[in-house]
Amino acid sequence: MTQAENVSDTKYLFKRDETWWVKVAVPRTLREELGYDLRRSLHTHDLEQAREARWAVVEELRAEIEKARQEESEVSADKESKVVDIKAAPPETKKGLQRIDEHIVEIVSDSGEGAQKCGQSFGAISGKMGNGVWTVEIIPAEIQPPPRQPDGASGNRIRFGSKYMTNMGNEADLVVAFNEQVLYSRIANSAYKPGTIVLLENMWADDPFEAIREQYRVAVEQFREMGLIVHELPMQQECLKLVADPRKGKNMFVLGILCHIYSRDTEKALDEISRIFAKKGEAVIKPNHDLFNAGYDFARENVEYRFEVPPYEGAGDKPTVVVNGNTAVGLGVMASGMEMVAMYPITPATSASHYLASDYHLTGGFVHQAEDEIAAIGFAIGASYAGKTACTITSGPGVALKTEMIGLAIMAELPLVIVDVQRGSPSTGLPTKVEQGDLLSSVFGAPGDSPKIVIAAATITECFDFVIMARKLAEDFRTVVLLLTDANLATGVQPIDRPEVNEDWFSAPPDQSVWDKNIPPYDWDEKTGLSERPIPGMRGGEYVLTGLAHNRHAKIAYDSATNQEGADMRSRKLAVVAASLKPPEIHGAAEGDLLIVSWGSTMGAIQEAVDQAIAKGHEVSSVHLRFLSPLEPGLKKIFSAFKRVMTVEINYSDDPDAPLVTDENRRRAQLAQLLRGHTLMDIDCWSAVPGHPLQPGPIEKVIIARLEELKEEASCSA
Amino acid sequence: MFGLKGDWSLDVKERYFTIDNYCGAQPRWCTGCGDLGILTAIHRTCRDAQVLPEKTVAVSGIGCSSRLPHYMKTYGFHGLHGRALPIACGVKSRRPDLDIWVATGDGDCFSIGGCHWIHALRYNMDMTVLVFDNGIYGLTKKQTSPTTPLEFLTNTHPDGVQLPPLNPLTVTLGVNNISFVAQIVDWNVPLMNAVIKAAHDHKGTSFVRIIQRCPVYSEEFSKSIQDDPSRLLLLTHENGIQVDDAVKRMFQNTQEHDPSNIHEARMLAEDASLLPMGLLYHNPDAVRYDELSAVGLGMSVEEKMAGLNTALDHFAI
Ligand SMILES: Cc1ncc(C[n+]2csc(CCOP(=O)(O)OP(=O)(O)O)c2C)c(N)n1
Ligand code: SF4
Ligand SMILES: [Mg+2]
Repeated sequence: MTQAENVSDTKYLFKRDETWWVKVAVPRTLREELGYDLRRSLHTHDLEQAREARWAVVEELRAEIEKARQEESEVSADKESKVVDIKAAPPETKKGLQRIDEHIVEIVSDSGEGAQKCGQSFGAISGKMGNGVWTVEIIPAEIQPPPRQPDGASGNRIRFGSKYMTNMGNEADLVVAFNEQVLYSRIANSAYKPGTIVLLENMWADDPFEAIREQYRVAVEQFREMGLIVHELPMQQECLKLVADPRKGKNMFVLGILCHIYSRDTEKALDEISRIFAKKGEAVIKPNHDLFNAGYDFARENVEYRFEVPPYEGAGDKPTVVVNGNTAVGLGVMASGMEMVAMYPITPATSASHYLASDYHLTGGFVHQAEDEIAAIGFAIGASYAGKTACTITSGPGVALKTEMIGLAIMAELPLVIVDVQRGSPSTGLPTKVEQGDLLSSVFGAPGDSPKIVIAAATITECFDFVIMARKLAEDFRTVVLLLTDANLATGVQPIDRPEVNEDWFSAPPDQSVWDKNIPPYDWDEKTGLSERPIPGMRGGEYVLTGLAHNRHAKIAYDSATNQEGADMRSRKLAVVAASLKPPEIHGAAEGDLLIVSWGSTMGAIQEAVDQAIAKGHEVSSVHLRFLSPLEPGLKKIFSAFKRVMTVEINYSDDPDAPLVTDENRRRAQLAQLLRGHTLMDIDCWSAVPGHPLQPGPIEKVIIARLEELKEEASCSA
Repeated sequence: MFGLKGDWSLDVKERYFTIDNYCGAQPRWCTGCGDLGILTAIHRTCRDAQVLPEKTVAVSGIGCSSRLPHYMKTYGFHGLHGRALPIACGVKSRRPDLDIWVATGDGDCFSIGGCHWIHALRYNMDMTVLVFDNGIYGLTKKQTSPTTPLEFLTNTHPDGVQLPPLNPLTVTLGVNNISFVAQIVDWNVPLMNAVIKAAHDHKGTSFVRIIQRCPVYSEEFSKSIQDDPSRLLLLTHENGIQVDDAVKRMFQNTQEHDPSNIHEARMLAEDASLLPMGLLYHNPDAVRYDELSAVGLGMSVEEKMAGLNTALDHFAI
């Protein structure tokens, strides 16, 4: 038998714990409902038997898919093709004051209409009222896309409620839209569900252009068919009573509407408006207050929804700051005592440097905008060498360009902090979107052996804390520390506990004392690989740093023993870091059926999904890693207490059912690859590259599907 | 130079530096290599200026010439191919007290480091940049460099180079905010010493193109000039490089050139038949980025804590 025949002969089959299963891929349009694939155990360990039995099962599964397809097409029979995914009848929406635990609100407009400011203010007001808040910016790819274009949607999503928020949640409950077209792109992103309330600007119904009137009419009809509850409101008309050009100001009117609907404290809201327009003075504050009040009154008279969202317990006990992950990184840089950030603009990292460019002087720092990424890291390395650890902030393509310099810093044992705010895809890819695709290149991406410390922030608070930690680690271990965040953290805005400024965070000024001439510049301690670093200005410490292989005296040396020793010493430092770490905490029970392993910004959504699954009686837990190089200790032991271990990540892995993909050649998600090598255990993975953050609902579905598979396997082997 | 301590005069006496105090490892360049003479000129300049070895940093890229830091007994940074300038700029950015030398080759500076070259010129941070231009890639054994002359046979163009070479002076003089541009040949030691001293004294980026002998891989590149001194044009001016008559007599051509005249400097650089020697352009008033990047230096931890709290106040709700 040829190799090819052999492969084709496991068509539709896969093996789990010795048992053969059938698996049929689900078409993309039905995945929401059926998941990625349908699986059924053949209850046999014998491949020959499985080969024979599979066809009947494949037929059955296909029939199921066909049935679902027919139901789907009945529902969407008279929908336009660009409208996707929302179906079934809307649930009853109650009117009158309702107490709710949380809501997700979106405000979308053309760019330049102020929906973002409205959303940010609403988030801040909700934060002030003691709600947990997570805000996500909705950003079009272009700076000024043409008006009324679906992909020109600009705005904000605000998830707020009576608990601490860690992620953007599932579908929105209420959306305010300044035109109907921008809603299409949000619908395509599965942002809404049947029953989502839409408050829609109705001026387009009377637009002078017939084409626009028609677009509007068709859209409203489609939205209603999808189950959205559309209310057409004369926002423009109302604003015109107060201002000549409602393009400037409608956002505050909408803020008024929202504050009435969600029973927000108007004092706090007016204060917030005063704060955002403080620089522009009373002449601007006053009309915006008026617009807000008009919106509030309008809602009282005309909008029947009224919700109350109580604060969460413990809220308001501590001072709070509202920041996004990039601002938190910038503040962390300032708190770390680092005084130099050298950067080259790249989305989604740049806003961290924007922030620093405005406030860095407060802690004596300077932002250098270099001529390119290589120069940026070169500049930072030069500054580190000359005294104080410096930092470069970038995204994946930038890290790629910096690779050779990273190797130099590791080889020369210079402290350096690199922040990689990950974006999507290789090459220019998805500049504004989230992905966790840089893990393996961060850990391994440099010629030769170049051990560095790689850590990943899970929360916005950690974006701040981890920069401080990174600076310390870089200095203590005389090496490069790469901090991974991503577009999700970068643009997620959240009230967090205000950090209590601590003098220990700040690095000391460069040591300029006399260096003991008898101590070589790389006086490696055999056990730890550590050594003290002479800094220019230290008399007696003069040495020539080189990226060439060198001995303890920094002298170029190409001999085998010296090269081996240098490599050993650089690597040993990571062993010391690893030994100082604690095993990660387990979220949920310490044993069970399924353990989800994650890293980076997905923690909040995954833990929420796990909690939901636990509440439904499933034995699932999760563990979240912050150190990726070296890995936190004790993983093998933790993993061993679960029947299956699976990473959930936002990066690419082969769909196990894709053509020609087998268990052997399947390309797995990045953390899964790392962990498989590290533990020699069969770590499973679920990952995708949707360009948006993972949401708790879909993760829960993945968890439950995996658990069902496990159950079937168990019954089969029993 | 000797610090602002009250006992500075004592310090001087205690620490007088000879050439030896700046000599590092034994150079490993080929016999007859022009790099040796340039190194000696640097040592001399350091000795004459009595710079503190611990406050001196020699930065380089990769290439034969970039080995230079190893031959200095100061701090040194032997970096990456093409990247000497960004590293040197970073070293200087927060350390106004350090005296920075950059050694770079024609490949290092004009080819792989071309982008950094242009921008470092514009940054105009206080440092002395010496380009060791031997018209060839030396370390990697005779590949074409941006300044390899036409028809020259190299290992990457065995039938002869067909593209006209890059003119480093016209490029440099085309960059805005440059402050010191000079050209010398390594075999005219007195002029080289005078130019390197002036470059070192200048506050800002001093860019010196040194036509350098590489007898092993590009002998013709310098020999054609050595054999025909009429190709050199000595620039003289009261604001230029001062050399005595003995040196002047080495040149068949001299020209009065006011180094503040950028248009004339550009014309001199354009003229392929004559290689201008000495100072082409000098502007002591160009903006210095090292003065901008050093803002906030020396802030105390207390001040930083207060600053951070102010920053956090901006986000308080
Ligand atoms: C990234 C990288 N590419 C290529 C090289 C190989 N390389 C080392 S030196 C050099 C050229 C050196 O020529 P030049 O800068 O003129 O210096 P010279 O040796 O002539 O003094 C090259 C190509 C390298 N070290 N690193
Ligand atoms: S190859 Fe040329 S440049 Fe390199 S050391 Fe020898 S002579 Fe000097
Ligand atoms: Mg060369």
